[in-house]
Parts: sequence; structure tokens; C-alpha cells
Amino acid sequence: MATNTLPGVLVTTDWVAQHATDAGVRVVEVDVDTTAYDQGHVPGSAGWNWTTELCDTLVRDIVPAKKLEELLGKNGIDNKTTIVLYGDNNNWFAAWAFWQLKIYGHDDVRIMDGGRKKWLAEGRDLSTDKTSFPAATYKAGTPDLSLRAFLPEVQQAVAGKKAALVDVRSPQEFTGEILAPPGLPETCQRGGHIPGAKSIPWGKNCNEDGTFKTFDELKALYAEKGITGDQPVIAYCRIGERSSLTWFAMKYLLGFDNVKNYDGSWTEWGNLVGAAVEKP
Amino acid sequence: MKPEEYSRRQEELAGWAVTIETYKLGDVYHCTIANVDPGARFARADGATRLEAEGRAVEKATRYLAQTRKFPV
Repeated sequence: MATNTLPGVLVTTDWVAQHATDAGVRVVEVDVDTTAYDQGHVPGSAGWNWTTELCDTLVRDIVPAKKLEELLGKNGIDNKTTIVLYGDNNNWFAAWAFWQLKIYGHDDVRIMDGGRKKWLAEGRDLSTDKTSFPAATYKAGTPDLSLRAFLPEVQQAVAGKKAALVDVRSPQEFTGEILAPPGLPETCQRGGHIPGAKSIPWGKNCNEDGTFKTFDELKALYAEKGITGDQPVIAYCRIGERSSLTWFAMKYLLGFDNVKNYDGSWTEWGNLVGAAVEKP
Repeated sequence: MKPEEYSRRQEELAGWAVTIETYKLGDVYHCTIANVDPGARFARADGATRLEAEGRAVEKATRYLAQTRKFPV
């Protein structure tokens, strides 16, 4: 088991303020609220819409390779660009974008620690300009599916207990008291959690200012629930973005080797006919 | 531009704890509301004054929160 934070995956708001418009660097905002970019963003940053640009809009799936190549190309990103992601909700969808970029093999992707929340709280410059970029050519790699769990693997994990399941939703979602975060649409037929899953809400990875906790704090958080990186881990939430953040923390901040994001998540499991559900 | 008059506070709306974040950028006040747990932004509005932006956002948030059902566990 590796247990060291990998260098270079997090950058500070200071770093972004100094390097956002450097050659070879592209800062990108990805928000849950897809209008947040228009309310002011890091000057020189691009804005990606997760509902249209980071998914397949026909079938439920991650962004297809060709579509990703087009998105990155029109944002002036080539295979050597340092991509720095940030967003609202402590980087939920920034982590979602990070996960997909790693699936397609982009080497240098980083997250701005603290995200939009910290940038705003620090009173840093915001722009409402739509930045345009010179086109570039991008070639996506063969998808690395070792980072992604599909339903059959989760079912096998439940049956054979060969992987630890981490439910990163809120305690009220975990118990089935509510079917979606307050104020958001319900996307499942049943509440509860996947049998055997451990509840470790995503927010426990973060400090109040939105930054990630230290290596030692994260290690203790997961160890308390028996998640040490000695066995495969599958993280899930409702649609896969909160679990992207937890996946990022376990894989890149704790250095766990075998961590997958189950992006089908509760929206898939909680709608399956006949699937076992555990409550509370 | 720098954001001005930034504020962030917690309140209860329709029985749910929420965070209300407001700032002014240029001539526009931007307000966003997130649930405290799990922390998702789910309502936002703009306005010419803080009162206007927050009033519109709170109205939306209250409407959305009213649709959240609770089940016995």
C-alpha cells in the first residue's frame, strides 16, 4: 500500500493567481451550478458545463473520447498542458472532470485546493469575460477503466466482499431518510445504501475553507472505518461527482492503489429492480 | 474586478440548514444558496441590491426545499 500524497495534484489559490495565464497552463472552472462561471470566474479561465460537455448526452455515460478531444482542443489544451480545475461545492465537479481526464490518460491535471469558495472568500479577482483560446490538437488515450467501477463489479463486491464500498453521501441519504440532497431532484425509487457500504460523507475530506485535510487526518478518517488501502475500494454517491472527490482523496492524497469511482452510483442502484438495499 | 461585500452565513429555510453566500461584482449582487449537508448549491439569483438578490434566491430555495420528502427510517 502506498501512503503518500502524490506531488503536484493540488495547487493553492496563490499559485493560480500567479500562473493562471502562463503558457502551457489552462485553468478550468467546473461547477455543479452551471451558471456560476458567469457570476465571475478566475481571470483567463475556461468554463465547462458538466451537463453537456463532460458526459454523453445521448446515453448515460462519461464524455466520449472524440467529444473530449474537441472540448480540450477548442480550449487550447494539448496533451502536455497543465490543466488546473476548480469549482463550486468544494470542487465536486472539478473532481469529476479530473477523474475523466485521468481515465483518458491526461498526465498533468491538478485541482485548486479550496475551489471557488476559497477564491471568493479571499476576495481575489473575478472576470465575467468569456475567454477565447487558440485551437490545439488533443489525442485522448485508451480509457483506463481501472479507475471506474460498473454495476457487475459492485454486485460482485457485495456478494464476495472483495472490495470495500464507501458511500460518500450525507447520513440522511445513507439511511434512506431522504432520496436526494435537500432542494435537489430525487433520482431514485428507493432510499438506503448498498449492503455493506461504509458511510464516510465526502465533506469529511475537507476543512471549513474548502481545502483538503492533511494526509494524517485523511488517513485517520478512513482507517476509522477500516479503509486502509489494503483492499480494493469502490466509492459511490448519487450520480458520481461527490464520489469523484472522495476517489481523488483516496487515490491521490492518500495514495491508495486500487480505488474506483462507481459513477452509476445510487441513481443506478436505487432504481434497480430486485437490488438489495440496506437501511438504515 | 474584485468581489465586494462578500458574506457567508447559515440559516434555516423550510426546516433545512442552508448556507447563503452573497457578493457584489460590478453593479450586480450575486446570491447562492447551498444545503449545509451535503453542501450542494441549489438556488441562486442576482439583483441590483443585496436584499433583492437574497430575496429572490431565498424564494427559490424555499420552493425547492418544500419538495424534499422525508421517509421514516
